[in-house]
Amino acid sequence: MVTLSHYLFLGGILFSISILGIFLNRKNIILILMAIELMLLAVNINFIAFSHYLGDLSGQIFVFFILTVAAAESAIGLAIIILIFRNYKSINVADVNRLKE
Amino acid sequence: MIFTDYLFYLFSGILVLASLRVITANNPVYSALSLVLAFFSAAGIWLLLHAEFLAIALVLVYVGAVMVLFLFVVMMLDINIEALRQRFWSYFPVALLIALLFIFEIYLVVTDKFFSSSDPAGIPLEKSNTHSIGSVLYTDYLLPFQVAAVILLVAIISAIVLTMYGKKSHKAIDPKDQIKVNRNDRVRVVKMKSEKKK
Repeated sequence: MVTLSHYLFLGGILFSISILGIFLNRKNIILILMAIELMLLAVNINFIAFSHYLGDLSGQIFVFFILTVAAAESAIGLAIIILIFRNYKSINVADVNRLKE
Repeated sequence: MIFTDYLFYLFSGILVLASLRVITANNPVYSALSLVLAFFSAAGIWLLLHAEFLAIALVLVYVGAVMVLFLFVVMMLDINIEALRQRFWSYFPVALLIALLFIFEIYLVVTDKFFSSSDPAGIPLEKSNTHSIGSVLYTDYLLPFQVAAVILLVAIISAIVLTMYGKKSHKAIDPKDQIKVNRNDRVRVVKMKSEKKK
């Protein structure tokens, strides 16, 4: 029988996979952004599981707002990535160090 | 086990495998496509939890809009993958340690008896999911809803403004230069004698 803890454990696994992804792809900005999207997905799964098992609709409303903010965040993030590529001709995080000078 | 339990294990297995593929794929295009698969199976899991509206919103908004945007950007940029994957696995042991520690802590927390309820309280089903979300969203959460709309507007404007300036590739005339122009730049009066009839 699938219980609430199954869904929470799935969310935890997904979150730690995306932490692993940020460690592995630490040079690639696009992959870091995708790992952040996976983290938000894990959080959303937790919210919806709690909403279902506790019988409260507020969790789903929260997921709605998280989806909105995540869409805005990824649009702006991709615009910034395009700017970085236009200025540095690469998306390597290590190359983006002009503020150091 | 009932049928939906098998569906849960199927969807969560696909979700975990697809997200592992997202973080380890050689090519960012494959990562984006695996992320699409991950979002689809997450939408399936949300359907099992009776969140139909959000499952469809996830497919429409994420798979339909955000991931297509990701694919556009990934394909548009000329990325040197070899440089980005140098020493890719060098931090793997410590990262794996952190991830396993995190999973272990989550396991300790969620195996508590409080979380092991298998009978959901459930949201009353006399109204559809979309109907009940709408009746809460437009009453109790009206102000946050408006704020979300403003956030989307700001995101539109900032994404356009960030990418609009830069190398000029179009042939439009700058309105500033158009206003500053005076008569002498455009009209030249040429004095010449009238010609005689033959």
